[in-house]
Parts: sequence; C-alpha cells; structure tokens
Amino acid sequence: MSQINRIGGGRIDRSQVLNFSFDGKSYQGHPGDTLASALLANGVRLMGRGFKYHRPRGPLTAGSEEPNALVELRTGARQEPNTRATTAELFEGLQARSQNRWPSLAFDAMAVNDRLSRFFAAGFYYKTFMWPKAFWEKLYEPIIRRAAGLGSLTAQADPDEYDKGFLHTDLLVIGAGPSGLAAALTAGRAGAKVILADEDFVAGGRLNSETYAFGDGSGTDWAALAVAELAQMPNVRLMTRTTVIGAFDHGIYSALERVSDHLALPLPGKPRQILWRIYTKRSLLCAGALERPIAFENNDRPGIMLAGSLRSYVNRWAALPGKTVAVFTNNDNGLRTATDLISKGVNVAAVIDCRADTPDISGTETLRGAQVIDTSGRLGLASVTVQLADGNKRTIACDALGVSGGWNPNVHLTCHQRGRPRWDETLSAFVPDTCPPGMTVAGAANGQLSTAAALAAGTSGAVAALADIGVKAAPVDLPRTEDAAASVKAFWYVQHGKGRAWLDQQNDVTVKDVKLAHLEGYRSVEHLKRYTTLGMATDQGKTANMGGLAIMAELTGKSIPETGTTIYRPPYTPVPIAAFAGRSTGKGFRPTRLTPSHKWATEQGAVFVEVGMWLRAQWFPKPGETHWRQSVDREVLATRKSVGICDVTTLGKIDVQGTDAAEFLNRIYANPFGKLAVGKVRYGLMLREDGMVMDDGTTARLAEDHFITTTTTANAVGVFRHMEFCRQCLWPDLDVQIISTTEAWAQFSVAGPNARKLLEKIVDKDHDISNEAFPYMGCGEITVCGGLRARLFRISFSGELAYEIAVPTRYGDGLIRAMVEAGREFDAVVYGTEALGVMRIEKGHAAGNELNGTTSALNLGMGAMVSKKKDSIGSTLCQRDGMNRQDTLVLMGFRPVDPAQSFSAGSHFINKDAVANASNDQGYMTSVAYSPNLGHTIGLGLLRNGGARKGEIIKAVNPLKGIETDVEVVSAHFVDPEGERLRA
Amino acid sequence: MRYSGFRVIKEALTGHKGWTPAWRDPEPQSQYDIVVIGGGGHGLATAYYLAKEFNQKRIAVIEKGWIGSGNVGRNTTIIRSNYLLDGNEPFYEFSMKLWEGLEQDFNFNAMVSQRGVLNLCHSDAQRDAMTRRGNAMRLNGVDAELLDAEGVRKMAPFLNFDNARFPIKGGLLQPRGGTVRHDAVAWGYARGADSRGVDILQNCEVTGFRIENGKCLGVETSRGFIGAKKVGCAVAGSSGKVMSFAGMRLPIESHVLQAFVSEGLKPILPGVITYGAGHFYVSQSDKGGLVFGGDIDGYNSYAQRGNLPVVEDVCEGGMSLMPMIGRARLLRMWGGIMDMSMDGSPIIDRTGIDGLYFNGGWCYGGFKATPASGWCFAHLLATDAPHPTATAYRFDRFRKGLMIDEKGMGAQPNLH
Amino acid sequence: MIINHPLLGPRDSQEFTYLGDAGLIERPDWQAEDAADAFYEYLYLRDNPAGLHKELWYHEQGDRSWLVVTRNISSHEIISVELARDVARQKGRSK
Repeated sequence: MSQINRIGGGRIDRSQVLNFSFDGKSYQGHPGDTLASALLANGVRLMGRGFKYHRPRGPLTAGSEEPNALVELRTGARQEPNTRATTAELFEGLQARSQNRWPSLAFDAMAVNDRLSRFFAAGFYYKTFMWPKAFWEKLYEPIIRRAAGLGSLTAQADPDEYDKGFLHTDLLVIGAGPSGLAAALTAGRAGAKVILADEDFVAGGRLNSETYAFGDGSGTDWAALAVAELAQMPNVRLMTRTTVIGAFDHGIYSALERVSDHLALPLPGKPRQILWRIYTKRSLLCAGALERPIAFENNDRPGIMLAGSLRSYVNRWAALPGKTVAVFTNNDNGLRTATDLISKGVNVAAVIDCRADTPDISGTETLRGAQVIDTSGRLGLASVTVQLADGNKRTIACDALGVSGGWNPNVHLTCHQRGRPRWDETLSAFVPDTCPPGMTVAGAANGQLSTAAALAAGTSGAVAALADIGVKAAPVDLPRTEDAAASVKAFWYVQHGKGRAWLDQQNDVTVKDVKLAHLEGYRSVEHLKRYTTLGMATDQGKTANMGGLAIMAELTGKSIPETGTTIYRPPYTPVPIAAFAGRSTGKGFRPTRLTPSHKWATEQGAVFVEVGMWLRAQWFPKPGETHWRQSVDREVLATRKSVGICDVTTLGKIDVQGTDAAEFLNRIYANPFGKLAVGKVRYGLMLREDGMVMDDGTTARLAEDHFITTTTTANAVGVFRHMEFCRQCLWPDLDVQIISTTEAWAQFSVAGPNARKLLEKIVDKDHDISNEAFPYMGCGEITVCGGLRARLFRISFSGELAYEIAVPTRYGDGLIRAMVEAGREFDAVVYGTEALGVMRIEKGHAAGNELNGTTSALNLGMGAMVSKKKDSIGSTLCQRDGMNRQDTLVLMGFRPVDPAQSFSAGSHFINKDAVANASNDQGYMTSVAYSPNLGHTIGLGLLRNGGARKGEIIKAVNPLKGIETDVEVVSAHFVDPEGERLRA
Repeated sequence: MRYSGFRVIKEALTGHKGWTPAWRDPEPQSQYDIVVIGGGGHGLATAYYLAKEFNQKRIAVIEKGWIGSGNVGRNTTIIRSNYLLDGNEPFYEFSMKLWEGLEQDFNFNAMVSQRGVLNLCHSDAQRDAMTRRGNAMRLNGVDAELLDAEGVRKMAPFLNFDNARFPIKGGLLQPRGGTVRHDAVAWGYARGADSRGVDILQNCEVTGFRIENGKCLGVETSRGFIGAKKVGCAVAGSSGKVMSFAGMRLPIESHVLQAFVSEGLKPILPGVITYGAGHFYVSQSDKGGLVFGGDIDGYNSYAQRGNLPVVEDVCEGGMSLMPMIGRARLLRMWGGIMDMSMDGSPIIDRTGIDGLYFNGGWCYGGFKATPASGWCFAHLLATDAPHPTATAYRFDRFRKGLMIDEKGMGAQPNLH
Repeated sequence: MIINHPLLGPRDSQEFTYLGDAGLIERPDWQAEDAADAFYEYLYLRDNPAGLHKELWYHEQGDRSWLVVTRNISSHEIISVELARDVARQKGRSK
C-alpha cells in the first residue's frame, strides 16, 4: 500500500520503512511518524467513533489534547486501551485497532444512536429508566454499560516493569518549545542545574510545525542546535517523551517518562516507563498554547481538524489530511495553514474567515465575513457549506478543513493548586494568574503568542527565576523571527442551522446540550460539565471546555470571567496506573521481613503465613500429615508434654534506659513499674489516652536504669512511636532514652516441662537457671554455647514452664539449630504460630483479636491492674461512666455443651431462649481453637456482664454459616488455671 | 414537572423546548422556619425530607458555591450498609433502604446500582473480624455473605491469586451494596426540595450566626442576614470553620481524601471491591471509568487537593490486587475535605445553643449515608428528638465514654 | 510536601508520620479538680482552623524527632518547624 497522501519534506526518516497495521490492514510509515500521521499519509482519515452517537471521527489535533483518534494499541497482555494515535510513535510491527464500534469501524451498528440522537439529549438518562424499578439493574443499566466505555482491558496482568526516580534541580523548565529552549539555554549557560522536559519525542514544540523564517535558518534547525548545546551541558538534563503531569506542594513535580513506548518491547532490563518525582527550587512553565475549534453544524467529520494541527501534519510529517483543503478561521494564525499548504502546492479551495478585514492570500480565494454552516461526507469530509457575507450560501468541495478559533494558553499546571486563570480580553483567552509557589510562566502559555515574544519571555523568565534563588544568569542572544501581534475575533460557534455542532467530540456534547443545560438550570460551569459530561473525556476537554463555557456565558448574560472555568486537576495527560505503582506490585507490594530461623524453617518444609510485614512459620508438617490440624495438634501436645521451641523475634523489643526509665514506664503502663526489682520481669498493660487497651507485653529490668520492653508484633511500630511522643512531647526532661531492638535480637520461646532441661544444655554452666536461682518472671544476661552473650526471660505465653531466650540476630539461625539438636533427647518440637495461638487460647491470654482497640482493661478482665494511685496514659479517661457499666463486656472462656460441636470466631452470643437478633446481642467470640488437650473446641469471647455468668449456657450464633451452638460460659483459663506449671 | 420516558420522548419530538429548570434561583427571604446550611447531599436531603416527610414549611438551603460542590460531587459513589456496631448498622441499613426507593421517591434517576460490595480479607484475624461484622449485619436483618478464596475467585477471577504479597483468603460480600451516580443525588434532592417550596440559595456563604441569649436567631451571609427559627448545619469538611462562628470546638478534624478515575473502559469489574491488605477500593462507573480511592492523605487540610505519596500508595494497592489495571490510565484525581471525627462515626445532634443543630463527622463515609442523614437530621430539626436509628450520634458520647469506633483506632481521626 | 527539619534540613513529608494538633503536648494535670473535663477536651476537641495550624509530625523514617510544624492547612504552606521537645519545654513541660 503506497502512502498516497505523503508529500515532500517533513521531519521523518524516509530511509527506513516501518510496517504497521490498523484494524488488521497493513500500512507503511517512517521513523518520526505518529500513528495518526502515518495513517493520514496512507489516506486513512477515519480512526474512531464518538462515545454516544458512534459517529465517524478522525483526528482533530496532532497532539496529546486529541479527543477522537483513540485506539487499542498492541496485543495480548500489553494491549493498552484509549491510546492517542496522535502521540503514539510508530514502530516496526505496531498493531492498532479502532475501538467502541461493532462490527467494524466503517460500519458501526451502534451508529443508529445518531439517528435517535434527539432522544439522547444531555442528561436524558436522569429522567427515565426508573420504571419498573427492577428494570434498571436488570435491563437498562447492563445495556448502557455495554454500550459505554471506550477501549478494553484484557484481564491479564501487565507484564512490563515500571520504575520510579527522584531528581533534584534548581530550575525545571516544562516544555521544550521556543520559550522552553531559550529558558534552558539561559539557565544552562549560567551553570544552574536544569531539567528541561517535553512530552513530545522531539524538542522544539511548534518550531517543528512552522515554516516562517527564524534567524538565518528554520525554527527546526535552531531547536536542533539548542538541543545539541544543551546535551553538552553536564548541568542540564533534557528529557523528551516526558510529560510533567502535576504540580504538587512545595516544588514537587511529577513527570512520566515513556522510556519504551516507541519500541515494540522494552529493551532488556529497561522499564516501560519511569515516574519521576522532581524536587525543584523554581519551575518555568513553557507549555505553549492549544488551538481551539469553532463549533458549527457537523463539524466532527473525519478530515476536519484544527488548523495548526493540519499544518503540523503537512510541515512536520509531510502527511496531507486531504487533497483539497479549506480553512475556517477567526484569526491570522489560521491563515498560515493556507499559505503553508499553498507553498507546498496543495490545493487550498478557500479561506473562510469570519472577520471582515482579512488580507488576500495568493493562490486561494478568501471569503471574508463568512462562516462554515454545514458539512457533508459520511465517513469523511466531502464538502463544506459556507454562508457568505452577503447571506448567500456556497458549497465548497474539500476533503480536509482546518479550523482555528484562536489559541488558549496552556494554563493547566498553573491551576493544580487551585489557582484560577485570568481572562485576557485582547487574546479572548484565559491566561495564568496565581501560580503554585515557585512557578512562573513564559511564552504562549503566558499569552505571549508570537515566537519572538516567546523566546524573549523564555530567557527573561529563566533569568528572573534564577535570580530568585541567588543565581545570576544573562539573557541569551535570540534569532529574529515572526512577531505578529495576536489578531483574533472571539468567535465560538456558528449560530446558523438546526443541526448539531460539536463542542466535546469524544463525549458527544453539542451546543444544543449546553443550551439544554442552561434551560434546565444547570448553569454553573461545574453543573454544565457534570450534567452534559462536557470536558470529562480522556482529553479533559482541552479543546472543548472554552467553547462550552463561552456559550453558557452568552446564555446567562454573564461575562466569560464571571462564568469561570472548571478546576484543572492532575494529571495533565492520563497516566498508566502501573506507573504510579512502580515496582510495589505483586510480591514486592510491601517489604517482607524474615525471622532469624526462616532459613531453617524453610529447610523443614514449614508453611509460612503473613503477619504484618513478617513471614512467620505457621506450622511444620511432618511426613504423613495431610491436614494442618494434624501438625498443629502434634506441636501443641508435644510442647505441653515435653518441650517446644518457637521463634518469637517478631515481638517488638524496646530498650529503655536512663535514670528516669522506671518512672517513664510507670507513666506509659497502667500498672506500676517503679518497684520492679532488677532481674525481674513484669507484664505491662498499656492504654491509649482514651482508656482503651493499646498493647501489652513484658518488661524486664536488667539494671536500675535499664529495661527491655516487649510489644505485640502488630503494634511494635506504633508503641515505639507512642513512647517517643511521651518522651519528647509530654515529659521532655525525663532522663530516658529508647531504641527499638526488634531486629537486633533473635528471640525464641522454649516452653514445656522439659524447657529447663533443654536450655541447660545450651546455657553456659556458670549461669544457674534452676527454679530457685531463676524463678518464674526472672530475667538475666547470660551466655550460651560457650560464650555467646544472650538474654534469658522466664516468661510464658503458653502456660507451661517457659523461657524466652534472645541472642544477637546473626546467631539466631545457629541457636535454633543448636536447640533442636539439644532437644532431640526430649523429642522437642518446633512450633509455629498456629500452635502458639492454640496454647495461648488454652491459657486464656488476650492477643490481637481481643486487643482490637475497642476493649478496655475492664473488658479484658484486667480492670484491677489499672493503678489509680499514679498518673498514666489513659488512667483518667478509662474512668468514664460509659466504659464502666455493669453490663459491660468481659472476656470469658466458652466451650461447646456437646464436645462434638464447634463454633467460629466472630459468632455472636445470644441468651439461650432469646431470638437471634441484634437487640438480643450479648457479645461476640473473639478467638477459637481446637484444643487437642481437651479434645474439643474452645473459645474466648467478650460477653455482657460475663464475670457473673460462669456456668450459664448460651448460644454462639453464626448466621453467616447458619450455625447455632450451645456453649457454656467458663473461665478463660482452660489449661492450668492455677498457674502451677509456670512456676515448676 | 414530572420526569418519565414519555416526557423524554415528547420533548425529543418537540425540540426539547418544554423542559423547565430543575430548581429555581430565588432571592433569599428575610425569615425562614428552618435554614439548612450546606447545599451538599446531606443538606439537600435534609431539606427534601423536612418538606416531604415532616411537613415543614418555609425552608431554605444555603450554599457557599454551587449545590453539590462538596463531597457529594467528589466521592467514589459507593453505597453499603456493612457496619459492625449497634450504633451504626441500623442507621446505614435505613439509608440503604432509602436508596432502594429513592429514584421513584424523588423522580430522578440517580442510577442506584446494587452490584455488590466485596471486602477482601487476607489473614485469619481479618476473617474473624469479618465474620463478626457479617454476623452483626445478619442479626440486624441485613444481607451478608462470607466467601472463601474460591468464592472470591469465582466473582473476580482477575484478582491477584498467584503472586500476591498478601494472599486473598476470602471476603465479606454485601450483595445489596453498590454505587450511585453521585451528582444526580444532589440534583434529585434539590429538584425534589425545590418543587416542595424549599428555597435553594446558591452563592450564599455563611459568615456568622446571630446568637442572642443562648438562642440562634439566624445566619449572617454574604447575601445578608437570614433569620430562622431553627438552623441546621450540614457542611462536612467545613464543619470546624462554620461552627467556630458559634464559638464551638468540635470532636472533628478536616482531612483531605483523594479519589481517582481512569479513562473509560469496556465493563470489566462486577461491583465494588475493596482490598484488605492495602488502601484501595474500586468500582466501574456506567460510563466505563474505574473509580477508585484509598486512604486519606493523613494531615489536616482544607485544600481539596492531595499529594503524591497517597496517589502512589493507592495505585500500588490497586496493582497488587488487580494487576490487569496497569495499562489503564488514571485520568483525573481530586480531593475532598472530610470531617473526620474522633471515633470515625458521625454526629446528628442539638448543640448547646438553642435552635442550632449539627450534622457532621461523616469521615469518608458520608455519601452512602446521605438519605438517612437527611431523614434523621430532618427528624431532629422537626421534632427535636433523634430518629430511632440515630440515637447514638450524640456530641456527649466522647465525654461519657460511649465511642462508636468501628476500626478501634481511638481518638485519632486520620486513622479512622 | 517538604518539611524543613530543624536538625536535618528539608525532608519529604513521606518520611514522617502525622499525629495531629500540637495541643496534644499540653496534657492536663490528672489531679486537677476538673481532670475529667480537661482530659476530654484535650483528647477530643479541636480548633481545626482553616488557616495556621500547629501540628505534630514524627520523623519515623528518620531521626525519630517529633516536630511541631506550623502550616497553613488551607494552602499547605509551612511557616515554621520546631523540635516538639523545645516547644514542650516552652510550654512549661519538664519531667
């Protein structure tokens, strides 16, 4: 297939041919092409369908503001919906498909909507589909959902990688057109650190699309020279294919670099895209301006595009949107399209200018005071109908029409911190007003629409921005170039005709829709937007919004600035969700913390479980065990019978030192710590200031001024933060220092009747750990395995004779291996978190399920522990009446009346004869386990007035599973309630 | 004017000339019986129910900007009644029931779509907590189903089951949960209220209260003094600011919550899905966009915009949970100001000032509450007694120690 | 946001954990007559101003300093950053 509409010139590399396909049909283009320019060169104008009426559409623009030419790019898991053909770089083998049409782009059955469009006016769906009620979800909505949407996802995981990067700079220049290049040269030569970012793959901006004289050469040449000079500067980072997407607080900008999107596949080891976070002292916005259309009847046919974009296709890409072209403009800039095309020998049928004083253009006819009032052509433009100044109509055959309604400075980023632009009457456009701190604007983005003005503003803008941060820079010499004053006559839409004139082509919003919104009272620009969906498409209304609000202003009799704009929000152009996630996906979503015994446990075939960031061994299956319960029961029974070992490193450990350390602990724990003897451990109950239990743990006193405090695994970080708060903010002069040592020590629980015997084989002989010398709740610094320093705590979570032994983390692996070896003669087991949980429930210890942030000490049966003789966090507010009611929830034990029955955590309690409903709710089961020692299910739970109800039979109801179980209220201590084993 | 399919057809055939404004644009009167401050969902619903259900007259809603410009116009549109605690669940279920009949009631299609809300769990402890919550719902007569991992896979096979940092262990499904077209809620209530004589006064900013001898006599506004026998304040994120005019300090902080929408896509998500191991919840709008959100930014803010860390955190959660969305593009992000209360639950109560009533503290759950909040606030304004489902939403619950703390986070608003 | 840490210089706010109003430094006297009320107001009530706000940030992924940041919460502009310990001492807190 030949490139029938390819002409001479342009910035494409004709030495290489790139093969690509669109809707399965093969075409050829060249490096430097976008998908849109290559399709136009091949004579393809039809690239998409409108969202609502499915009308045929071609590209309106040549850039990222494109509303129409959206395609599904690539195939398989790399398929990406809604890619703008106008920015997608062509690569060998590119495959693209049109979207939101059936069965084909040329014949779309849904185009019937266009015939019925009068029934689909703005907001029609708010007024109907309400009867019968059930039909909305069953009938109407599914139809609407299927018809809506644009491209599709494949439901496959994205296979590409995305990186994040961080950059620091003095000046971020956003946009590498004339003003941006001049600014970067200025700042670069002054030695400042500069980042110059542009969304395009070639720097130069409009210079690459224009033909006017630029010094002694062309704008393109000057841009290339500027780029070459900047590339030599070590202090300048030139980033093409990089869109600055948002301006965030305190000089932080986010930018997306498309590293690999111009390739068939990312190069090995390279990401698809990088999301940069740029910290800059100053930024200079040189984002140029966006041309705006004029609305007229049937202004949406393929072949009708913005005049400047049409010029870009011809000048930059040597692609002709049509053989015979017309131009419709209200400003001089639009005339350039005609002169450029004529100079290239293209047939320009006419220039239609709504102004009366347009100069003659040689080579075509100028129709002054004229307007395009209609067009024809089913799948592409065939002719335009013009109403002449004298009122006569004339039809002009053409297959492309360039439309220019003037240019809107690209103020987007200036408004990301809720600044609002200012109306400039001369330009008939909004220009930047209040910018985010540290941002200034130069060039067309600031309303300086001539090239000479843009260049000058770029260099002076850079000088000023750098002066602000103490860097002296000199303006650079600039070439002479066009300096035409803006000449525009505000002209938003052609009033003639009864048909539809499009404002928002993607969302199919017409001038009539704006009028309807006005009629129905949706007159605020935000109501207009939300009611008609104007500006809510993937282009965020970059070409559409201005016309809509101008028409609303006219209808309400208010001025345009009084009417105002909707809010500009990041991102400037849409960003793949994967780019924001970077590498924090899959297994890498969050860091994984491994315990010191992890390697050993892996060798044993342990099953692991996520506990916060930690991965802990859940149980250790032995050969022949086919169900997890077999493993867990064995671990529990063996521990209670002889001895078991468990890695408890994950518990938070906080080292507390200082002469006021005891006083500090006294204040952060509800129970007293002042009199804890050296060499002793005490259980501590920590409350939040609101009196609810925050955490619990043990605190060991190693010396007068040295304590080791433990926290639960879940709360390790939060408790430490809280302690720092208390230390720094509440009692800044207490002599106390704290540091987290969770990761510094490997800690193991050794529990069971033979725990001491096992440890005696490990602990060096000069440390006496007999019951007399090292009683229950004792602690001390010892050595193990021939001189390795260690800490030993005689504490028990299981209810057995138990110790926790800690060694520096790097010896944790060695210690577990040594203990397993030493335990062989006792048939020692290593147990996981499941067995740990079973044993703590058997013993009636509260844990995470009970410490759920809504339980008080009273609820947990520990009300008496809260000292009223001292001030501690939470001691005042825990006395509030509402937390001390007689019928308050109290932690109790529960057993099935029929031992063969079981129940689940999360069951609610209902009195035996009461109906199971919310008003009869008596509490809930917090933790449940099968006790291999008792041979039945046991539970802990919070029961109203539980302390007084021991022996009562109630129901544990689980409506989710349809189960009700009769349970007896018992003590929470199922095993060894007297605590004799602990002290053995 | 009554909306219907016939009306749409009739107007279509006659050039859409017969439509009338959905609400009037009246001048403020000098005196009303009841003034509701705040033309958001809650304020408009309050006015609507005051007029319709409580037979009140001479009502005005006053709004600083355009109606629906607050959180009702900037949320992730989710409705659900899957609450745990006694103080909350009956209220939210009341709201759900109102949603279910809302469109016929106010004659406006708000696209109430009960496609289900699925909360995922990733640990045994989460499943236990979910079981407790699901059972609490069932005991309140509310629909709830507990799914295991296979059940979740059947509903949403595109979730990350194979390479997850935190594997999906199951989920709690409320089939009646879903989404509603948020702007339409504001418009439907506004139109319904207006047609019953309520004056909706836009571009009318409250600048103070006129309080004499402990009684509120009306509000000072940018459009002059407006007298009222009763004044109700329903201004969400601006609660602290407005109530400070009455000298009140509230158990509320204002925080920014961001929300996000992708480009339009063909239907791929069945209902609402929330991640249990990261801050991410998502649904797909009728128009095709993935509408999603996560945690609040975490710092006090009135700025209606957020920052990058949370944007990235939310997308990390999304990609971890459903890696198929990687190539969908995030189109737009915005921020709303949440009235984060000290226990994560709202307040609908009298104040210490006679004639001044307060509705706020909705945290980031206010949208789903809109109908019941309006009804219950109307009940309080009209009868001076709390509605039976809102008796716990009192100011003094903090003083008394009767917090309604679903998440168990205590008096730290940014954690609720 | 960027917080200019008094000891470490400018840091991304992402390194910090936020607590809330710096009034939380001023914990009441538990033995005062009105301790119940004072603690209620201390813990639960907020000025929540739409302007300058003194607030507590904790440098969790840094040096563990608690900071008092004065920030305009309508614009996010940061006016000053102090060590919370210094602020606490200025408010008369000691041991």
